[in-house]
Amino acid sequence: MEKYEIVIGLEIHAELCTESKLFCNCAYIFGALANDCTCPICLGMPGTLPVINRRAVEFSVRAGLAMGCEITPSSKFDRKNYFYPDLPKNYQISQYDIPLCQNGQVSFEFEGELRTVALRRIHLEEDAGKSIHAEVTGDPTRSFMDFNRAGVPLLEIVSEPELHSPEEAIAYCRAVKEILEYIEVSDCNMEEGSLRCEPNLSLRPKGSKELGTRTEIKNKNSFQELIDAMEYEVKRQARILDAGEEVVQETLLFDASTGKTVAMRGKEEADDYRYFPEPDLVHVQISDEWIEESQPTLPELPAARRKRFISDYDISPDNAEFLTNTRPLAEFFDEAARLSGEPTTCANWIMGDLTRLLNTAEIEIQDAKVTPAHLNELIQLIGDATISGKIAKSVLDDAFETGKMPKQIVSEKGLAQITDTSEIETIVLQVVEENPGPAQDYRDGTKKAIGFLVGQVMRATRGKANPQLVNEILTRVLSTD
Amino acid sequence: MATITTEGVRHVANLARLEFNKEEMEHFTDQLARILGYIGKLNELETDEVPPTSHIHPHQVFIMGSETEASHVAKPDVVKPSYPREELRAREITAVELTESVYARIAEVEPHVKGYLTLTKDLALEQASRADAGFQNGDDMPALAGIPIAIKDVICTKGVRTTCASKILETFVPPYDATVMKKLHAQGIVMIGKTNMDEFAMGSSTENSAYQITHNPWDLDTIPGGSSGGSAAVVSADTAICSLGSDTGGSIRQPAALCGVVGMKPTYGRVSRYGLVAFASSLDQIGPFTKDVTDCALLLNAICGSDTMDATSVDVPVPDFTQSLINDVKGLKIGIPKEYFTPALDSEIAQQVHTATAVLEALGATVEEISLPHTEYAIATYYIIAPAEASANLARYDGVRYGYRNENPEDLIDMYKRTRSEAFGEEVKRRIMIGTFALSAGYQDAYYRKAQKVRTLIKSDFDAAFEKVDVIATPTSPTPAFKIGERTDDPLQMYLSDVMTTPASHAGLPGISVPCGFVKNGLPVGLQLLGAPFAEKKVLRVAYTFEQNTDHHRQKPKIGT
Repeated sequence: MEKYEIVIGLEIHAELCTESKLFCNCAYIFGALANDCTCPICLGMPGTLPVINRRAVEFSVRAGLAMGCEITPSSKFDRKNYFYPDLPKNYQISQYDIPLCQNGQVSFEFEGELRTVALRRIHLEEDAGKSIHAEVTGDPTRSFMDFNRAGVPLLEIVSEPELHSPEEAIAYCRAVKEILEYIEVSDCNMEEGSLRCEPNLSLRPKGSKELGTRTEIKNKNSFQELIDAMEYEVKRQARILDAGEEVVQETLLFDASTGKTVAMRGKEEADDYRYFPEPDLVHVQISDEWIEESQPTLPELPAARRKRFISDYDISPDNAEFLTNTRPLAEFFDEAARLSGEPTTCANWIMGDLTRLLNTAEIEIQDAKVTPAHLNELIQLIGDATISGKIAKSVLDDAFETGKMPKQIVSEKGLAQITDTSEIETIVLQVVEENPGPAQDYRDGTKKAIGFLVGQVMRATRGKANPQLVNEILTRVLSTD
Repeated sequence: MATITTEGVRHVANLARLEFNKEEMEHFTDQLARILGYIGKLNELETDEVPPTSHIHPHQVFIMGSETEASHVAKPDVVKPSYPREELRAREITAVELTESVYARIAEVEPHVKGYLTLTKDLALEQASRADAGFQNGDDMPALAGIPIAIKDVICTKGVRTTCASKILETFVPPYDATVMKKLHAQGIVMIGKTNMDEFAMGSSTENSAYQITHNPWDLDTIPGGSSGGSAAVVSADTAICSLGSDTGGSIRQPAALCGVVGMKPTYGRVSRYGLVAFASSLDQIGPFTKDVTDCALLLNAICGSDTMDATSVDVPVPDFTQSLINDVKGLKIGIPKEYFTPALDSEIAQQVHTATAVLEALGATVEEISLPHTEYAIATYYIIAPAEASANLARYDGVRYGYRNENPEDLIDMYKRTRSEAFGEEVKRRIMIGTFALSAGYQDAYYRKAQKVRTLIKSDFDAAFEKVDVIATPTSPTPAFKIGERTDDPLQMYLSDVMTTPASHAGLPGISVPCGFVKNGLPVGLQLLGAPFAEKKVLRVAYTFEQNTDHHRQKPKIGT
């Protein structure tokens, strides 16, 4: 294996989360009854015509801008011809020679370094339906068709072959996924098939400039399957080359149950898609104004945001990574840090208690009743010593449950700290009197016995006493007595 | 250009999911070689610098041509349709009576003409009663309310079988109406039935119908033209007051000429194609067949307009076409393209057309000879572009979701091949083969791209011509109606029937055919008038003036005598 350099390019298909399909008014709902999300247009009935969904074009432009692409001022759609039962018209409306977006790049961190991979193009096309075979129905004599997904807008993002290991390819895929999620154009759910990564992979002797013969791998539902498939394919191709044979350029399917790739179709069925301009659709004209309009809605992308968190907020790289995991989380932190002026404290609360609460409740941060304003108020209450950190935890629990503001919770439940020295002193004297043993131990030099006594005072005040004051007064009482 | 081998044909058939036995294979190989050999004439043209045309209005940005008419004031005439519109309004006749009279006429002559594939009498009487109720109420009824209209069977009609004259759609009942049907129903029309045609609108004689041969009412031994032969014949035979057809390379204008009626193809983009079963999407356009130009203007008023369901329909204002019913051509310039008067043109037809232009000149129009130099390449261009688009448009007829399906396939591919080979007729298969070949790897540049570039040249010819003239006048068809069976064995000869009509199709122009006389054996001759894009009004005005000053359109065939 040391002899070869791995060369990987990726085609990523992402379903756009538009309200309706690319060329008709049907809404696609994952998990709906078969063929419930269809109409004569997406079923390819005679006489029906496609009309482009403006929103899908907008989403594509947004994705193109987010990945540094040039937006094509006038692009066109083409027909890609092939017969398959899941393709209602037996041609797919796609974009051939003039895609919406061209020449972009995606940056991501890999093994501690910043990598940038060039994108060849991003284009818009329609998804196909799906066949339901015997493994689902138990009936080997017939297959069924579900056209719900037929016509859903798909973004195809094509990278240059610039990735050199399966791990790096995955890091790239994650970066693309992150961007698409961040700009809210796709939910990128791999299990539901809304994100599909198809690597093309070849090997070449180290130091060689020429590309070897590549194979394309389809059919993976998770990053794990993707990496397994690529690793298997690397070994398979290396074996072929080692034996002095030639790799056949073909499309392979990955079978997760065997962990192997198998050829999808025979050679005699060589692809001839007979692309030609789609006469039913006029060219898509994207004006500078339209690009301009799309630009401001572009949110800060994860990589840039991470960098800013580290430099502006002094957050550690690991924490920055955690806090930019999803766009709502990053926005929550950003807002809380801005309000409170205490980014580190905010980060600790979010990554600690708030994450624990979210996990227990099995909800996402955007669905929580706690807002950055809640967290800010909580931090202010600790800051001005109204409550202790420990009380603050229970206040957060309460706010998480009810959505009430921390100040309201503290006042309703009488949780404000006791800072009155004489009140604390009375309780301290009482505790010392009731616990002569530990008091004596302290006086005899077992200084840690004070911990028990502090605990008893806190218990007596139900945690409301200012722990620092309790400590001071106890020390004074025990040493003067 | 390519050498066509049986092996190559087999490969193309496989791509198109068609199969042929040995005999058919040899037959197809031979025909394809001849057709592609003819198409090879496109290589005479240097096109390296010519951009291809894939869409007539690719960017939907359209600046209306100058609407300036002749300088003097000419007022439109009072609109007098051929049908009893005033009598309906005055309750002198009911829509039900009118409809019954049409069905009575059908009972009498339809066995000879065979223009209809489906009659919808119950539905028609229901629609007629509804119109009558409106007239009874004294409602302000639209111009076409209660009027019996026939519809070409390529236009989807909700709940009414729409076959495209193909076996593959024998049982297809669309659950939706074409946009033009919605518009006509909003007018309160009465749909008489669905008319015969060449299968999927592919043909020039209506002999390619999977169901029946339609006979020309003027001579039952001849064809009515095609592909909208049924729609032309029923208007000519008075078994409908008017009808809708579709025109891809002349499929309205040519049968209108051959049946002695008025037929118009509006500008590409004028009428929504939604619900028109596609043959060649960049060329197809719906249009009317009528007994005169006035009815034509009224029907155009009803069907034109941009449609959100058709991205290629153009958002330009739709004028009131009856405003162009002006009996005056003074100051208008009419161009006669010399390239249309070739030796292949029937001399009697040439004579009739010259007489017609002389009439217009006498009425004050300026008539001048012009040149459209790429005319002779229009057929070769058409028989690449239309089949190429058709090969994709007809891919959906695969037996999976609707229509005919072979019962005993061995596997999926076999199901596709048997279904399509059994249920498509020979001409449809031939065009799917030509189109698939023209788009296939290795041949696309030489055929499809080349044809798109020549299309640009043809379009440029017209652009230049309309700088100089208002309307272009030509014969509609090089010959009068020919005998049934005369050209069925020679596809190339059949294709040449469209030589006068395809050039304007490439350019997306509006064109009308109006009756302009008869040849010695009594068959009608059509005068084709073409206008610049969206200049239907000028075309109608010239056609109307010609009609008002001649009486060819008043002649009626004597069917079966």
